Order: sequence, then structure tokens, then C-alpha cells
Amino acid sequence: MTLAAQPSDRTPATPSAILPERGAGDRVSALLWRHPNLLLAALLILPLGWLVVVYLGSLSALLLQSFYSIDEFSGQIRREFTLSTYAELFRPANLDIIIRTVAMSAAVTLGAVVIAFPIAYFAARYARGHWKALFYLGVMLPLWSSYLVKVYAWKLILAREGIITWATDGIGASAVLNGILALPVIGGTSLSTSYIGTWLVFLYVWLPYMILPMQASLERVPQSMLEASADLGASRWQTMRTVIFPLALPGIIAGSIFTFSLTMGDYIIPQIVGSSRRFIGQAVYQLQGTAGNIPLAAAFAVVPIVIMLIYLTIARRKGAFDAL
Amino acid sequence: MKHLRLMGTTALAAMLGVMPAVAQIAELGTPEGKLNIVAWPGYIERGETMAEFDWVTKFEEATGCMVQVKTANTSDEMVALMNEGGFDLVTASGDASLRLVAGQRVQPINLSLIPSWGTVDDRLKDAPWYVVDGVHYGVPYQWGPNVLMYNTEVFGDSPPTSWNVVFEEMDLPDGKTNKGRVQAYDGPIHIADAAQYLMFHKPELGITSPYELNQEQYDAALDVLRVQRTLTARYWHDAFIQMDDFRNEGMAASGTWPFQVNLLQADGVPVASVIPQEGATGWADTSMLHVNAENTTCAYLWMEHTLASNLQADLSVWFGANPVVPAACTDGRGMQTAEGCTKNGFDDFERIRFWTTPVTKCESQGECVPYYRWVSDYIGVIGGR
Repeated sequence: MTLAAQPSDRTPATPSAILPERGAGDRVSALLWRHPNLLLAALLILPLGWLVVVYLGSLSALLLQSFYSIDEFSGQIRREFTLSTYAELFRPANLDIIIRTVAMSAAVTLGAVVIAFPIAYFAARYARGHWKALFYLGVMLPLWSSYLVKVYAWKLILAREGIITWATDGIGASAVLNGILALPVIGGTSLSTSYIGTWLVFLYVWLPYMILPMQASLERVPQSMLEASADLGASRWQTMRTVIFPLALPGIIAGSIFTFSLTMGDYIIPQIVGSSRRFIGQAVYQLQGTAGNIPLAAAFAVVPIVIMLIYLTIARRKGAFDAL
Repeated sequence: MKHLRLMGTTALAAMLGVMPAVAQIAELGTPEGKLNIVAWPGYIERGETMAEFDWVTKFEEATGCMVQVKTANTSDEMVALMNEGGFDLVTASGDASLRLVAGQRVQPINLSLIPSWGTVDDRLKDAPWYVVDGVHYGVPYQWGPNVLMYNTEVFGDSPPTSWNVVFEEMDLPDGKTNKGRVQAYDGPIHIADAAQYLMFHKPELGITSPYELNQEQYDAALDVLRVQRTLTARYWHDAFIQMDDFRNEGMAASGTWPFQVNLLQADGVPVASVIPQEGATGWADTSMLHVNAENTTCAYLWMEHTLASNLQADLSVWFGANPVVPAACTDGRGMQTAEGCTKNGFDDFERIRFWTTPVTKCESQGECVPYYRWVSDYIGVIGGR
């Protein structure tokens, strides 16, 4: 093509527009302009370096440890490749921990969806002006205070001589509370020593992480579609079920990733509220401590990673990341 | 932490291979002006938490050695920090102290440089958790028992005399079952409490030390703990959470430290404590000097200070522990009194079996169940297995 070869024919020469180089700064900037890849590399080297060295580095160190094993007799770590540590995960006591943790994460996620949906729906569709500000404040407020303070506060609320027992006594509903606590597995001597209590506290602490992405996705559902749905004679429930819910699903899944993974990794809440039965985080913490059983701790730490990878794969298929 | 451990074990292995001969120092030099100590939280107070609990300021004024404290929450962290180096002293518990000696991380102490050594409790002067082959690798710091705390309203006039109130299902003096009203420590070392209980009640098992169990003895102890699981609503991990449970979860009895008993009593909660007929487990801590300590003179001055000053008395009040210098209970050098010492278990030394890490090669019998198995099995027991 001749167009590019003869620019001066087309555009009048304007020497004043092209300034002479004014030092090193200009040269660098010109170099980066001519080689955009160089600029990209310069910008990415730090974050990438961080990711690869610090994040992936420690992750692979962890993975490596999980393929070692502990000598049954001396308690020393044997630095030879083996899968026996992973096999240990399938011992009944360890399998219990994994199942317990996954079940709790799932229950917390489900509970969060049920509670967060109406809140997010109201905030996205009806709240305006001051109400909207109040909503954001209300959702974010719990995140401002210390996590530990909140958990300790909940321990007091749920205690046998705490406010819930007092209130149920007051309204004559203690039979209901006792009935709930008498339930097998999830019950206990008081709310604060039962799985129900652990579940409630998890739910409270992680709820904002479910509401916010859910609200974002609900706000993106176009008004026109709701009108079209109404025009075609759909009832409110039908619109909710067939239009709003499917369109909000990516946001729900995004929120569930937070609640699920946060519950799975937490080791403080189950220690303060609950029956002392271990969750994965606690097991890792304890095994890598004085026990010195780092291989098993590492293998345990790999479990949530694997579960989350599976979960994320499913979530991606469902389009959860289109909303991000 | 993991890296620290890794470095720690590597260093340990290297040390064990080389075994350098470490000599104690012969005389003190001039104070170096600073001192770095690894300690349990609350162990070295300078009046910042509560003004009246201060055993550092005067030492700094007198010697010019500025004290820097690095707190560690587990024995494991202590060993790792000492392996890393850069510290002069550590307040090591019975499980950490022998590891430090075995790893050549601490040096022998020249007792003639510590004038107050003679005042140390005779029961502690040659304690096996810091004296190896007749060589002293430290100076005792403080010790305490794990007592049985109980609610005085529940037990009334008949305080418990046995640990069975936390190990076996029974009706307590108030007529109600103990199910759901007792607690236990959630550390695997609690297996030793069960073993100690068996030592008394099932002598045919032949347990001589609750920290040295063969497979059969160990299984029996786990069975005791499985029963306990059915009685225990929650295991305690954090001292303050346990205190909370005695306030508002209706707890009737639990193994605990005198620390919690003292604080709860000060708050008017109706609790008291005993050392039951089976005896109790306990902890004994030692000030140990790093093999490459930079501030040796200050460290020696501090060790003397720990024995001679108000430290023993005030720390024992603060922590609910016992002084290693008996005179500190009575001579009014600090806030401790003879009654206070008695309450903290000072007279029950012989009935306390001090914490040591269970190892495979144990003294009393050929092969014992090591600590890492205590950990995984105790997790299982708490999980209901």
C-alpha cells in the first residue's frame, strides 16, 4: 500500500508538532510506546513475581509436604514421595472432619442464600436514596467491628444463661428451644455448644459476602424484561422463578463461593462456639503445632483447595464469573 | 511457622550430628545494656497490663539491661524461636526444655554466679526437665498444677475428691447428672490426665508415668476419654472462654489452671478448686540461656533477679502459679502470701506429675506412643470416634 509509505504527501509537514527529544524520560517513554509488550512486562513483573514466588511458591511447598509421611515409630518426617498421608485422610476420624466441614459449609451457604435473597432483592429493586445508603450501612456495619468481638458476642447471646434462653423463657417458648436442642447430632446442651450455634454464627459473619454480589446481579436484571414478563401474563411468582432467579444466579453463585470457602477455612468460630468437634482449619492448626505432623496438616490443607477447585469449575460453567 | 519449624528441625539435626562441647561461663562481664527473652504471654509484666504487676522496671533501673520480650503461644514456637537465634533467654516448659537441651540450643548455667540459687526450692533443684547428667541447663522460673475446679453451689458441702466427676457419668450432689455440665482441656496432653486417673483406679495396667504409655495403656486412657466425650458439651482451649462457660453455661466441674479459679473467685463466681486423690498434672517452667546468647551478663543478672526480687511472689499471684523460691510465699517481698501459695497448690508438689512430651523411646518401658499420635487420636476422640 502506498498510503502508509507516503504520509507526507497527504499530511502537510508540521515540524512544530514533533518535538525534539528532551532527555532520558522521553527516550524511555518512546521505547515503551514502540514496544508495548515491554510496558506490559514492566507493569506485570511485580504482581506476577508476587503471585509466582510468594503465593504459588508457598502453595507448592505445601503440596510437597503433603507427599511426605511421618514415621509411625520415631515420629520423624520421612522425606520420600508417598501417598500414604493422603490415605490417612480416609481414616474414619479424619473423614469425619472433612464431611463435617463440607456439610457445615453447604448448610451455611444455603442458609445465607435464603436469608440474603429477600434483603438483596429489596435493596436492588425498592430501596432508593437514604434507604439505599442505610442498606449499605446495615450490611457493611458488621464488617467494621472485629471478627473476634462479634464471635464472642454471639457466644454470650447463645449461652445457656444468655439472652435467647432468657427470651424464650419469657414468652413461654422454652419447650420449643429444648425441642430444638434435643435434636440428634445438631443439638446439644445449649445453643452455644451445638452445631446450630456454630451455624448461626457462621451465617451472621459471612452474610454480607452473600448479599453484596447478589444485590449487584439483581440490579442488572433489566426492568424491561420484568415488564415483558408481566405483559405476557406471567404471575409475580412465575416472573421471580423464570426470569429474575435465573438472571441473578451468577451473583448467587459468586456469593456462595465466598460463604462456602470462608466457612471451610475458618478455625476460630468452631473453637469458640460449638461442641469442640474439629473442622479442617482446626485440624491443620493442631497438626502442624507441637504434633509436628506437617505432612498430614498439609494433606488436610489440600482438601479445601480441591473442593473449591471442583466448586469453581461448576460455578464457571454456570456463568458465575460473567457477573464479576 | 512452617518455615520456622523446618529451619528448626534442620538446625536441630545439624546440631545433633556435630555435638559441640558447650562450656558454661566462668565470670560475669559488664552488663551489655539489653536482654532478649522469649516468654509465655503474661509471664514478664512491666506494669502495662496492671500497674501493680511490674517485675521489669526495677531490674532495668538497677542493671541498665533493657528487657525485650517476644511472646510465644506454644512450646513449639519457643523451640523454633530459640533455634532461629537472636534471643538470650526463654521460659521453657517441661516439654520444650529437654528438646532445647537435646538440640544444644541452650548452655549450662554456672550456678555460682547466681547468688540466690541457694534459696531455690529443694524439690526443684535437680528436676529432671532441665538437669541432664547432673548439669543444670537453666534456673527454675515458676510452676503450677492443673486443678479440678468445681461450682460450689452444685457441690455444696461435699467438694469432689476424685477426677471421676469429669470422667464418669454420675449424679452430682445437686441431684442432677453431670452430663453436659463438665469440661475438659482440648489439648492432646489431656490424655495424660486420663492415664493418671487410670494409674490410681486400674493399677493392673502398670502405668508408671502418665506421659509414658504403651499401646494397651494408651487405649485404656482413650476409652476413659470416650466416656468423657459423652459428658462434655465443649472442651476448653482458651482460659477466658472457659471462665465464661462457668459464668453462663452452667458448668459444674472441669480441669483447669489456678489462674481461672483465682479470676473467677475475684469476680464472685461460686467456684473452688481441689487436687483430687489421684493427684494432678502440672507444668514447670525454666529460664534457659541460649547457647549463643549475646547478652550473657544481663541474662545472668536477670536469672538472679527472677529469684531474688518481687518477681516470684507477684508473678505467682498474677498467674495463679507457684514461686520456685519458697520464701517468696511468706517474706512479703511481693503480694504473695502463705495462704495464696497453698491455694495455688504449693504444698501438693509431690502429687503433681509435670508435663513432658511423650516420646517413642521412653524410660519406663521399651516403646511408648509418641505425641503426634496423641494429637490425631485426641482429635478423633473429640469427634466422637
